[in-house]
Amino acid sequence: MKNPNLENRGACRILIEAIQLGLTTKGGNMDIAVLIKYVPDSTAKITVNGDRVNEGGVSKWSISPFDEYALEAALGMKESSGASVTAITCGPSRSEKGLRDAAAVGADSLVHVSVDDLTSLDSTKTQALLAAAVQSTGASIVFCGKQAADTNAGSTGPGIAELMGAACVTGVTEVGTEGPGLSALRSTSGGAERVTLSAPCVLTFDKTETELRRPNVKGIMMAKKKAIDSQDAASLGVDASGSTANIASHSPPAEKAPGQMFEGASTVDDVVQKLRNEAKVI
Amino acid sequence: MEVTIIAETNEEGIHPVTAQMVTAAVSLGASPTVLCPGGFGCAAAAAIEGVGSVISVEGDCFTSFDGGAWAASLNSAAGSGIVFAAATPNGREVAARIAASRGIPVLQDATGLSDNLTVERPIYSGKAMEMVKVDGDCVVTVRPNAFTAAGSGGSASVSTVNHSADVAVTVQEAIAKASARLDVAEADIVISGGRGMGSIDNWASLEEVADQIGAAVGASRAVVDEWGLSHSIQVGQTGKVVTPTLYIAVGISGAIQHLAGMRSSKYIVAINKDADAPIFGVADYGIVANWEDALPALKDALSSL
Ligand SMILES: Cc1cc2nc3c(=O)[nH]c(=O)nc-3n(C[C@H](O)[C@H](O)[C@H](O)COP(=O)(O)OP(=O)(O)OC[C@H]3O[C@@H](n4cnc5c(N)ncnc54)[C@H](O)[C@@H]3O)c2cc1C
Ligand SMILES: Nc1ncnc2c1ncn2[C@@H]1O[C@H](COP(=O)(O)O)[C@@H](O)[C@H]1O
Repeated sequence: MKNPNLENRGACRILIEAIQLGLTTKGGNMDIAVLIKYVPDSTAKITVNGDRVNEGGVSKWSISPFDEYALEAALGMKESSGASVTAITCGPSRSEKGLRDAAAVGADSLVHVSVDDLTSLDSTKTQALLAAAVQSTGASIVFCGKQAADTNAGSTGPGIAELMGAACVTGVTEVGTEGPGLSALRSTSGGAERVTLSAPCVLTFDKTETELRRPNVKGIMMAKKKAIDSQDAASLGVDASGSTANIASHSPPAEKAPGQMFEGASTVDDVVQKLRNEAKVI
Repeated sequence: MEVTIIAETNEEGIHPVTAQMVTAAVSLGASPTVLCPGGFGCAAAAAIEGVGSVISVEGDCFTSFDGGAWAASLNSAAGSGIVFAAATPNGREVAARIAASRGIPVLQDATGLSDNLTVERPIYSGKAMEMVKVDGDCVVTVRPNAFTAAGSGGSASVSTVNHSADVAVTVQEAIAKASARLDVAEADIVISGGRGMGSIDNWASLEEVADQIGAAVGASRAVVDEWGLSHSIQVGQTGKVVTPTLYIAVGISGAIQHLAGMRSSKYIVAINKDADAPIFGVADYGIVANWEDALPALKDALSSL
């Protein structure tokens, strides 16, 4: 039997070569691919139906919050250094709305990698699809969120960097150009660090100081007409079957016992005593 | 089952999550090998009960953090099977890299594990839990404080390998934190303020209480944005997720995005003048009061302990 890991490593190498080829034959050096995931809005109530999260019960979907900062940063680079910005999403057909939202604020091109059920893909498959989609755009710089609001993982940025043979910085809060490369600010346990790196590279974004731009009417009208490059696993040449990490079940979080309520500042003393004697935390 | 653990170390030595990862590995029947990046913390790792052996993985790349270089170096020292790292920002990055280079899945932020191998992890910022069944090798990051720490008293052997790797991320400047306060993500006690505190001029009364009990100071997004506080202290969905033993929320309504960052704290105290504030829904001890009265009372009560 063939060793699937070795096969994957072979696939990786081909991908790296393809990306390097893409770099020299396709888009310019500052072109940026932004990965945006379309997820339940942060205000959405998440319920579990049977043993799965009930996606059908989610009334509002949005671009994952950190991805909005990644998009904003890319649009800032577009203004300052003429980068072209391609928004890429992988997901079911509803995700196209996320691409239109990205176009409405200024994304130049849109790529939709169609996958009906993202939860059926493990990290290796998601990353293979997204890396191949990035490669199809010719971009050598990738911006994405530090974590998606549904998975809360933080795997995708560094994972596709590995597949692309690219440098990666996670948790970026500021970005700029520095000579032919990029300069980024990332937070550390001691404070922050300013780092530099060159393309090909992947930056995963935290919340930045920059206020997010809002679409105007013209942007929304243009976005409606913008072409979406529709791809799927077959057109990207990726075998998306055979995930080895599969969801067995979802469940609601463990219910917490209702707390004790106190009225008025004079009760603070009682609570402090309880923290000491009951909870034993101070 | 073969398990390799990437130790979490910092300037102060070995992070407690390392001994917690050993518990997780031992629960799978493993006698794990612990890799110490840059050679830090080898003696402490060798003393953790249950550790099979320790490898000091040395190389120039460990003088600063480049997840690509660290992963390349550690990957060549790690055995096949399952690789564990801590679910910290750097741990997650190295884990994702190693998994991608091996072509195996990565499961981040495990809060539970069971035999042959099912990983439990929170999703949607704790609004649901996910159980993932893994067939074959994988990389798992482990959430700090989700497993009890293995004891000390071990005496594993320590060997050294030298694997440097090319660094592609160059640190130009390290910027120290503006205040010397504790990091909300690390502290055992966090006291956070929100818009109910009225204005930034009142923030000092929160900090005074924090200093009294050695707590970190956190904040809701509303006040980070409106009062220009550092984003590094924001708790919530787009800030930090914290799991201290005690979280005290003052003048915070408890919006769903704030709860996402603190609801897994062991004990929660809420001080809010509105008895219907949603924060009381997750509080172990809820105090309906104005902060103007409650904070001085808290200060007094704490100082007479
Ligand atoms: C995509 C997205 C991401 C977000 N991420 C985050 C996040 O990471 N973290 C976060 O915190 N928020 C986040 N938010 C914002 C969140 O929705 C709320 O707006 C925010 O948490 C509210 O902050 P607050 O509780 O301080 O203010 P408010 O909601 O205004 O609450 C103030 C509270 O103070 C009480 N109060 C007033 N006066 C007093 C007094 N004298 N004494 C005692 N109590 C008093 C009031 O009763 C009220 O409950 C996010 C929102 C979105 C859309
Ligand atoms: N299906 C997807 N489509 C587009 N971008 C994605 C997708 N999954 C993950 N990403 C990107 O990768 C980031 C991290 O995702 P995760 O690794 O799942 O936490 C997200 O914030 C997105 O920027």
